Amino acid sequence: MALKLWASSTANAIRISCSSSRPDFPAFSIFRSFSSVIEGLKYTGSHEWVKQEGSVATVGITDHAQGHLGEVVFVELPESGAAVAKGSSFGAVESVKATSDVNSPVSGEVIEVNTKLTETPGLINSSPYEDGWMIKVRPSDPSELKSLMGSKEYTKFCEEEDAH
Amino acid sequence: MRGGGGLWQLSQCLARRLSRSKPRGMPRAFATAPAAETVELKKTALHDLHVEHGGKMVPFAGWSMPLQYNDSIMDSTLHCRAAAGLFDVSHMCGLSLRGRDCVPFLETLVIADVAGLRPGTGTLTVFTNERGGAIDDSVVTKVGDDHIYLVVNAGCRDKDLAHIGAHLDDFKAKGGDVEWHIHDERSLLALQGPLAAPVLQLLMKDDLSKIYFGEFRTLDINGAHCFLTRTGYTGEDGFEISVPSDHAVDLTRAILEKSEGKVRLTGLGARDSLRLEAGLCLYGNDMEQHTTPVEAGLSWAIGKRRRAEGGFLGAKVILKQLQEGPPIRRVGFFSNGPPPRSHSEILSSSSSGGEKIGEVTSGGFSPCLKKNIAMGYVKSGFHKPGTQVKIVIRGKANDGIVTKMPFVPTKYYKPS
Repeated sequence: MALKLWASSTANAIRISCSSSRPDFPAFSIFRSFSSVIEGLKYTGSHEWVKQEGSVATVGITDHAQGHLGEVVFVELPESGAAVAKGSSFGAVESVKATSDVNSPVSGEVIEVNTKLTETPGLINSSPYEDGWMIKVRPSDPSELKSLMGSKEYTKFCEEEDAH
Repeated sequence: MRGGGGLWQLSQCLARRLSRSKPRGMPRAFATAPAAETVELKKTALHDLHVEHGGKMVPFAGWSMPLQYNDSIMDSTLHCRAAAGLFDVSHMCGLSLRGRDCVPFLETLVIADVAGLRPGTGTLTVFTNERGGAIDDSVVTKVGDDHIYLVVNAGCRDKDLAHIGAHLDDFKAKGGDVEWHIHDERSLLALQGPLAAPVLQLLMKDDLSKIYFGEFRTLDINGAHCFLTRTGYTGEDGFEISVPSDHAVDLTRAILEKSEGKVRLTGLGARDSLRLEAGLCLYGNDMEQHTTPVEAGLSWAIGKRRRAEGGFLGAKVILKQLQEGPPIRRVGFFSNGPPPRSHSEILSSSSSGGEKIGEVTSGGFSPCLKKNIAMGYVKSGFHKPGTQVKIVIRGKANDGIVTKMPFVPTKYYKPS
């Protein structure tokens, strides 16, 4: 999720808070210790996950991402049938703190969206890898997935980020 | 209003970092060195206590301040309204004006009827410029005829002090008797919520039931000589306590301990949600140099005598607006869709298809009401409660409706 700013004061503050001025005392260390990473999924540097099953790729945001955002209060999703492109925004997640764009890890066509999120956006917090999935995509180029991070790599990536 | 740096400072800070970093989303926020590395952030007397309590420290108006603690912003906001929250607002600037002429001096700079205040009472006011715009908002207290105490925003400190200082020099050169003192030796705590009074009462002898909203006393709390104002920035009953900085940690710990965990430390994130729910302005967002107090909906703060006499900077513009009505007005909104944020466009909802009528200045999801709330400015004529509007977010027009503020009823302690 690209944290593009739609700016409330707290929205800005939360990002700034991520870059703690005390490297020995990372902000959000508490969240970090609880955030989970699932094996078998692929991850982006902007904190989306993708799970490929046959010709369908399911996409959501990671536990790490939802932990940093706080309670999700609104989810903006594309229509079924829309085209998505790898690295481009397909929707947005709003929390009390911030608005974040969500980028697609793969290019292709949206074949299903999780309409439950309209009524219950908090599913992204309570179940980021299961009930909180966002879209299902039919990838146009499945080889795109190869360039994404695996679970170990992503765990390390998050640790390095939090340490900065 | 009574925030600190306001949005612009945070945005600047952020913009600087974004412009230097790789465009890859969330990591931007982590990977790049914050402005803090080049400019040393100031720390309040409570800094270590914040860190000890899990405070996520962020740069705010040149200070390192807690955005939140271990509670989420949602929980923290709700807790303040259900029990109480304790905020470190020491970044804000306390100031005393003393001398025979301190009241007439201050009246040249603000819209309030300071002379008309009873000793020991205060009010929200606005420092204006020659064009009638707001330099800052502030709570001013008339301690007595020869002593004014006021608190200005952290983010406005330098420009406010320069402004007041320049006028002070002129005033004294003409023979006026006023001296000022900046209370950098003191820290400022805000204790807000229904448990604020019962908990604070445990730490002092004076009877808090006799001190009403807007009133000020100097008295002993937990063995320290404090300035106590029954005011705040949440819409709840509560206090702002100016305490000598070497007693600030003791007082904070005493409040937390006496409350048996019911008072919780609360950060800037919840403070912003709370003040928005209370319909209060954040200077830098909802009020700026070009906004007049009339446009901002603060005409009530212009004293009757001041309306007749003027005598403050920009009075000509402001009094004319009072007569003829302002071209734009600050209003509240409820809306559907994503929460509006600062700078979201507001369109009229006419069938002919929506001209731009204004812009949102603050907005978000209300933790208490569980729906979107926002404030912003619209052209006069579109300001009446019930007016349908469209609020544009990421290119999509969402339904909104002009609504009275505060969004959440205020609970100030007033004589019944």
